[in-house]
Amino acid sequence: MTAEPLWEVFVRSRRGLSHIHAGSLHAPDAAMALRNARDVYTRRQEGVSIWVVPSSSITASSPDEKDAFFDPAGDKVYRHPTFYDIPDEVRHL
Amino acid sequence: MDGTEPDPREVEFQALVDADGRIEPRDWMPDAYRRSLVRQIAQHAHSEIIGMQPEGNWITRAPSLRRKAILMAKVQDEAGHGLYLYAAAETLGVSRDELLDLLHAGKQKYSSIFNYPTLTWADMGAIGWLVDGAAITNQVPLCRCSYGPYARAMVRICKEESFHQRQGFESLLTLSRGTVEQKAMAQDAVDRWWYPSLAMFGPPDSESTHTGTSMAWGIKRFSNDELRQKFVDMTVPQSEVLGLRIPDPDLRWNEERGHYDFTAPDWEELRRVISGDGPCNRQRIEHRVSVHERGSWVSDAAAAYAAKHADGEVAA
Repeated sequence: MTAEPLWEVFVRSRRGLSHIHAGSLHAPDAAMALRNARDVYTRRQEGVSIWVVPSSSITASSPDEKDAFFDPAGDKVYRHPTFYDIPDEVRHL
Repeated sequence: MDGTEPDPREVEFQALVDADGRIEPRDWMPDAYRRSLVRQIAQHAHSEIIGMQPEGNWITRAPSLRRKAILMAKVQDEAGHGLYLYAAAETLGVSRDELLDLLHAGKQKYSSIFNYPTLTWADMGAIGWLVDGAAITNQVPLCRCSYGPYARAMVRICKEESFHQRQGFESLLTLSRGTVEQKAMAQDAVDRWWYPSLAMFGPPDSESTHTGTSMAWGIKRFSNDELRQKFVDMTVPQSEVLGLRIPDPDLRWNEERGHYDFTAPDWEELRRVISGDGPCNRQRIEHRVSVHERGSWVSDAAAAYAAKHADGEVAA
């Protein structure tokens, strides 16, 4: 038996929400991956839509570089609304 | 590393674990942590798929369509649980095929409980109530395990196990409130499954080989004996509602400890069953291997089909 490719499964639990990673599975092709994902990850109506993506197609940031990679956002507190002092009497701002 | 100068990566790893953080697949981790997780997750995954056999045994003989549909859903869940867990193990750099080969060769284990036979229909109820109850007691703390993919798999599994335990309880309750013969059958099942269920928590703390390191690594949160006690304390009041007796003459509430005192399972028997000498060990593996081999044409055909249509295929 040959090893089947790995697929990542994303499930939209209901309309209006985004697809969220549910897990992974092996399947020979996309159609089988989709069917298996339905059987494995939505046995209790957990989803209304499924994406399957070959795991090999995912490019991920490296955990070793995580500090350097995310550092640029670290010193930009002015991107948050709470950075600004506004007088208490100002409403709706 | 010479032991005096700790590996800074290991220090960082332990600090993250101590702060109740989660380790993710691509993080650095000590080799022993990885090995320990692979061993535990694989054993857990194997238990799920071997556990399909004792229950699959009764699907064709379920007493009603309702019970049959429930049992099929439960056995299908076990297959799903196996898949979540094999997938979690694969994030540690092993392949599912490799793990199955180790199972088939007897080089990796599964829970000793599945080496006991399911002799009557009431065993389906007793397994749901006691075996799945013990499994849940073990598994709920694993939802907070330090390894992210394992913890996430356990969250899904625990949600589904709750149905397993409740259907088992309900099934036993129906038998217990049925005819004299049905009640006797339910009692017989509880008599046979009680001690093997207690043994599911593993050897006593004084003899447990993995507990210390597993605790330090945040894989395990409670010791075998703590979990066993918790299970007994939860289960005894349930047995009173069922109207079934726990087969332990020394079982009694200990006011001082705030726990039930109970008789420990036969550890010698547990050792025998783990080392391959239980009632069904050989049968379980033989069946597993034969199904794997007889079913391989399905994956071969699917792979051939996929190869043939590889060009221009787009997901629906």
